[in-house]
Amino acid sequence: MKALILVGGFGTRLRPLTLTMPKPLVEFANKPMILHQIEALAAVGVTDVVLAVNYRPEIMERVLKEYETKLGVKIHFSLESEPLGTAGPLKLAEDILAKDDSPFFVLNSDITCDFPFKQLAEFHKAHGDEGTIVVTKVEEPSKYGVIVHKPNHPSRIDRFVEKPVEFVGNRINAGLYMLNTSVLDRIEKNRPTSIEQETFPAVVRDGQLHSFDLEGFWMDVGQPKDFLTGTCLYLSSLAKKSPELLVSPSEPYVYGGNVMIDETAKIGKNCRIGPNVVIGKGVVIGDGVRLQRCTLLPGSKVKDHAWIKSTIVGWNSTVGKWARLENVTVLGDDVTIGDEIYVNGGSILPHKSIKANVDVPAIIM
Amino acid sequence: MLQVPHREKPNGAGRGTKAIILVGGPSRGTRFRPLSLDVPKPLFDVAGHPIIWHCLTAIAKVPAIQEVCMIGYYDESVFKDFIKEAASEFPNLPIKYLREYQALGTAGGLYHFRDAILKGRPERIFVLNSDVCCSFPLVEMAKLFDDKDAEAVILGTRVTEDAATNFGCIVSDQHSRRVLHYVEKPESHISNLINCGVYLFSVDVIFPSIKTAIKRRTDRPRLVSYPSSENLESSFMADDDDEERKNEVIRLEQDILSELADNKQFFVYETKDFWRQIKTAGSAVPANALYLQKAHQMASPELAKPSANIIAPVFIHPSAHVDPTAKLGPNVSIGPRATVGAGARVKESIVLEDAEIKHDACVLYSIVGWNSRVGAWARVEGTPTPVGSHSTSIVKNGVKVQSITILGKECGVGDEVRVQNCVCLPFKELKRDVANEVIM
Repeated sequence: MKALILVGGFGTRLRPLTLTMPKPLVEFANKPMILHQIEALAAVGVTDVVLAVNYRPEIMERVLKEYETKLGVKIHFSLESEPLGTAGPLKLAEDILAKDDSPFFVLNSDITCDFPFKQLAEFHKAHGDEGTIVVTKVEEPSKYGVIVHKPNHPSRIDRFVEKPVEFVGNRINAGLYMLNTSVLDRIEKNRPTSIEQETFPAVVRDGQLHSFDLEGFWMDVGQPKDFLTGTCLYLSSLAKKSPELLVSPSEPYVYGGNVMIDETAKIGKNCRIGPNVVIGKGVVIGDGVRLQRCTLLPGSKVKDHAWIKSTIVGWNSTVGKWARLENVTVLGDDVTIGDEIYVNGGSILPHKSIKANVDVPAIIM
Repeated sequence: MLQVPHREKPNGAGRGTKAIILVGGPSRGTRFRPLSLDVPKPLFDVAGHPIIWHCLTAIAKVPAIQEVCMIGYYDESVFKDFIKEAASEFPNLPIKYLREYQALGTAGGLYHFRDAILKGRPERIFVLNSDVCCSFPLVEMAKLFDDKDAEAVILGTRVTEDAATNFGCIVSDQHSRRVLHYVEKPESHISNLINCGVYLFSVDVIFPSIKTAIKRRTDRPRLVSYPSSENLESSFMADDDDEERKNEVIRLEQDILSELADNKQFFVYETKDFWRQIKTAGSAVPANALYLQKAHQMASPELAKPSANIIAPVFIHPSAHVDPTAKLGPNVSIGPRATVGAGARVKESIVLEDAEIKHDACVLYSIVGWNSRVGAWARVEGTPTPVGSHSTSIVKNGVKVQSITILGKECGVGDEVRVQNCVCLPFKELKRDVANEVIM
């Protein structure tokens, strides 16, 4: 089987983290974001994965090379010389996607969920039409594009309504598809094309597009706030499905569960950690530290008595004693927060040293 | 021609001297709320002792001091315990409290109690406002008094040009140090040498001067001058009540000093040492810092021994309990029976009697009131004011807020809660993060 992951550009929405690391390699729950997807694809027998990128960082190729053999997957980089939208990259990778007649998966790279590739493939095969898009239920459909089904049909899509004013449905495009190779014939070469606004409506007109309901959580984690929320959802799901990947709630420092700690990390005395905390490789936590709803990326250090909530601590950063970070603070690579400093919603660019409070949300260049 | 003094020129050390501490009353000092809701300002502890105790220690060093009179309009019972304790600490210094039944003004009060003050025939009197924090160089003022054969000496200090108009301004002859002109809170810049609120007067001059002022007032009421619009905005505006505008109120600053500058042997002793007003409750934090630093310089045995977790100067009351893993200082006072938990951090703050700081909490630039509790991992934080600033408010996002965070009596801050630049009135529980507010 084949799959294409829409990676796109520099991941500016996830800055300052993506100033240092390409977005697909930023660790989400201690694993590069893209690896969550490649692993899930490999698990259902995908052998060719195309990464549609419009830049080509060497580090990404180097890191992913390692996983090619490990997972038995061939990873192709498909480089757009100019932006081709969300459909253009499919056409660009036609050689690989259409190398046989079997349908292929398409994924937006920013999505976290319980990837339902096996069920999706079965469902797609069962209805026999050109395409299936995975949909997820949302509470406020007015903020999204909503799908509407044909009358008296549970899955065949009738139309899309962009940001509906009146309630027409609560299912939105989750950014995961399974498509027949015939869909590629609907996409022009070398023209920026939107799969949502051009390709899918065309497939819908022919009655060839179905929806598949996603079970469980779903989140676009392309920006820091959602990255943190997505981490909570992912850890909660893990607590049910694979609790062995989390720290046992019987550990005295674990508070409220959903705590993932890399085995190389060191935890001090009298800490209170959780809920929803991810601690990466080689992280050092001092004594009396309080952590909740945060991700500490590899090599970071949190000194004694610090208090961290709703924060991403970047690689190799240091948080000082009695410092307090909160309200979607993001520290880039190698940032130092001084002792007793308060940071409220700060986005701190790499290699900065913060010696005065950041009282209101601000970008520290 | 200089006037030849009619009295003999005795040796300074032998001259009978009394000291008057002007302590004000309960209707004054409203700007010291919320702390003055529970303790009269003169008795509020900074650097481990009541504000007026710091005045007393300086007075006790003056040779030939006969007596200390505290004048104010608090109830007698207010100072009873303090006077009793001071009597054992300063056995050679008789202290009494003279109660005004109505606010007479700083000069009016002195005049009202002139018989009591003149009893024992002192030649001169020190007059100290209790709401200043300084090193009280009284001995140096007395020396200048003798050297210049003065009739009055005022303590002055230099402040920035911007700040000066918020105080009484002194124009002096640089060489002779004679006061040439005095004006209280001028609208325009006159001098950056200001009145510290500490004086030494010859009794032969001060009482007749006040008497003249009273007579003048009865004949012709004082023209009330209004502060400039900038001063209206300022936190230094005098708390004038209508009552005090009445004729019987005679104040040293407005009614006496300017006359002395015109007619008398009036000199200024300029201190290079620290000086701050204690007006707002927040100003207790810089005052605490200054008195602690003074104690530290004098190697006071009262202070906690510096160590990895004690950054001098720190005062810890012997009955307080501080966990050895807590880090304190600089400029911290921990009151009687207060507890500071493991891994807590306290800096530039006053923690009052019976207060509790739980483990891993962080208290910066704040006052934690009597019996108040700060939860684990809580953060109670004020903002440092610039060195040399005489204000305790700062402008944040265009809004004026208190720089020092103050928790009144028996307040509670929940675990992990952050309180920043807030003033919290007594008996409030703070369960959510708050910033830049007064919490009623």
